[in-house]
Amino acid sequence: MDEMSELTPDDILKTAKSLRWESGGNIHERVVEAIYTDAARIAERAVTRPDERPRFDLDRAIDRVVTSKIWGFPLMVFLFTLIFWITISGANVPSKLIASFLLDTIYPILRDGAVEIGMPLWLSGLLIDGMYLATAWVISVMLPPMAIFFPLFTLLEDFGYLPRMAFNLDKIFKRTGAHGKQALSMMMGFGCNAAGVIATRIIDSPRERLIAIITNNFALCNGRWPTQILIATIFIGTLVPAHLAGLISALSVIAIALLGVFITFAVSWFLSRTWLRGQVSTFSLELPPYRPPRILQTIYTSLIDRTIFVLWRAVVFALPAGALIWLSANLHIGELNIAEHLIDLLNPFGLFLGLNGVILLAYVLAIPANEIVIPTVLMLTVMVTGLHGLGAGAGVMFELESASATLSILSSGGWTLLTAVNLMLFSLLHNPCSTTLFTIYKETGSLKWTAVSGLLPLVLGFAVTFAVAQVWRLIAGIAGA
Amino acid sequence: MISEKTPASSAACETCPVHHAAYLLKLGVEMDEWDFVVALAGNPNTGKSTVFNALTGLRQHTGNWPGKTVTRAEGGFKYDGQTYKLVDLPGTYSLLSTALDEEIARDFILFGRPDVTVITVDATRLERNLNLVLQILEITERVVICLNLMDEARRHGLQVDHRRLARDLGVPVVPTAARYGEGLDLLVQTIAEMASGRIANKPHRIQHLSPDLQQAVIKLSKQIEMVFPGVPNTRWVALRLLDGDERIAQAITEGELGDLSNGIQDRSERIRDLGVEAV
Repeated sequence: MDEMSELTPDDILKTAKSLRWESGGNIHERVVEAIYTDAARIAERAVTRPDERPRFDLDRAIDRVVTSKIWGFPLMVFLFTLIFWITISGANVPSKLIASFLLDTIYPILRDGAVEIGMPLWLSGLLIDGMYLATAWVISVMLPPMAIFFPLFTLLEDFGYLPRMAFNLDKIFKRTGAHGKQALSMMMGFGCNAAGVIATRIIDSPRERLIAIITNNFALCNGRWPTQILIATIFIGTLVPAHLAGLISALSVIAIALLGVFITFAVSWFLSRTWLRGQVSTFSLELPPYRPPRILQTIYTSLIDRTIFVLWRAVVFALPAGALIWLSANLHIGELNIAEHLIDLLNPFGLFLGLNGVILLAYVLAIPANEIVIPTVLMLTVMVTGLHGLGAGAGVMFELESASATLSILSSGGWTLLTAVNLMLFSLLHNPCSTTLFTIYKETGSLKWTAVSGLLPLVLGFAVTFAVAQVWRLIAGIAGA
Repeated sequence: MISEKTPASSAACETCPVHHAAYLLKLGVEMDEWDFVVALAGNPNTGKSTVFNALTGLRQHTGNWPGKTVTRAEGGFKYDGQTYKLVDLPGTYSLLSTALDEEIARDFILFGRPDVTVITVDATRLERNLNLVLQILEITERVVICLNLMDEARRHGLQVDHRRLARDLGVPVVPTAARYGEGLDLLVQTIAEMASGRIANKPHRIQHLSPDLQQAVIKLSKQIEMVFPGVPNTRWVALRLLDGDERIAQAITEGELGDLSNGIQDRSERIRDLGVEAV
């Protein structure tokens, strides 16, 4: 054979194949072994270990606790409860400060200014009562908790705790057919689902990444915690003696969050056995050494990368939402305004689910950001029930200083304990906000999966609230009879 | 090797290249053209993103968990009048498997042909990190080792002899503690010297191959050299073919490997193509 002139690329492959056969096939192992041998020899020559015996290894000691079968899970729940507690109680004060600045100082100035320059009422209503107020609400309710939660979360990350958490949750996620790293994106989702969806980039397999994206909404995000806390405080906390009220309402909120985790597992399991069937990929997770977190840098980067980023998107979506809310309350068709028409339309279905039309409409109007659900619910309830002396007029969102005042408004709107429980459930199980949906679309590039991510939780929410309402009414009927 | 100059007077400082470190200009992502392409490779969680951020002035998110850099990040810096494009590759433990991140990193180093490949290495886990280093050295010899996390090594009482390591690997080794900015000026300077060809390398080749495998590699790489004259890493290509690597076999039949032998004039184009594939 004339090798010199006739050699083609295919010949190379042929030679390679025959040589592979001659060598017995286990070439991969032999190459890897050669590399390891060389690496070990070079490393040994370069590194001098301290003479002392391997002393107490702090990293391993911490690992033994945080990844232990007994302590791993309780510690995780404890750490996250602690973070949420710091977030919720810490956000209160700055939230009030920002709210009083934006709503009590700036808002009247804007209104007076509008009158001064002779702006028509409809325009100042649309711009100031609608768009400005919605944005002001989103900023004052959203910014402080995020500015606390994200740095805390990032500190845990910087310290090295997150991979341990993924290690703990890996087994469960694997059993549901999902990827172990989904634990990380889920935790991120507790801060913000849009950020959680972006975090799923760490998952290579498209199948498992889709599962992580679709189920991320079941991690109760920051925007929904205020709703949960307020409703739990005024409806559930008041069921028990005063000294237990705080604890019981906190626990019921935690219970909803844990239910979300459980549903994440259940839906992941369901998806990986129906539409997203496939292999579970394995991954080697290195438990990195614990490192002292760099506090200032962490705060800076998490503020820039996460908080401001997420807030900006929320503001972009809140502006048109504010306009819509104001318009729906101020444009009339016949006797009633659009909002009242819609509430009448939604009421039968809402009551059927153990909710009401006001709540459903609030969730439609609040698609841009879950933060404005409660202010919108209050505005709509006052409008529908015709209560006077509260709020600042049609289409103007507000929130009340005291929980008891809120309770009295909601009671006159026909709210019961069932409404409250179902609102908490529905707040967990409904379509993601538009910021998250937009992020899902950008990440997946698929309208179909964006629609699935939007509709699946919504259908689940309808089913769960319906079931709870039926059982509740059945029990109430038996008890009443 | 690293030239360790000890300036005798302040006048000598002026001529010392380290002196120029003050002129490092971080360009972020704002760059249209560049003189050199620098790839940044390394095991996960060795501070790769920290090095990347320190050199480019970007603030790509860093976190203490492996695999958090998922897309390839790019940035730039200017040093001593030359512009460098820095490409942060996904962190991998090896380049031998078909996992997506390993393929992205491998393809970029092989087909993108960066002028310099910086490998961040965890000084506290040298042996495991060297597995990747040795594999990259088979592909390209234009390598600078960034021996990172020296602060942690010190804390654990480890002494890492970077000069010995540089001799054994045949490429420059720069000890750094990127989190605290230690050693980065020397790293930039070494990158610049490597890019402009002022450092000659004698890269380590995998030694402990059995004689028959050694023979097979020689025979096959001769054939590759004949069909694709000028391909710089025939030995490694031969090893991959013997291992049955489909991607490399495909590069041979479809002529991608041939492009490598045609020189580097269309390199930036190839890098751009790879970028599309990778993201």
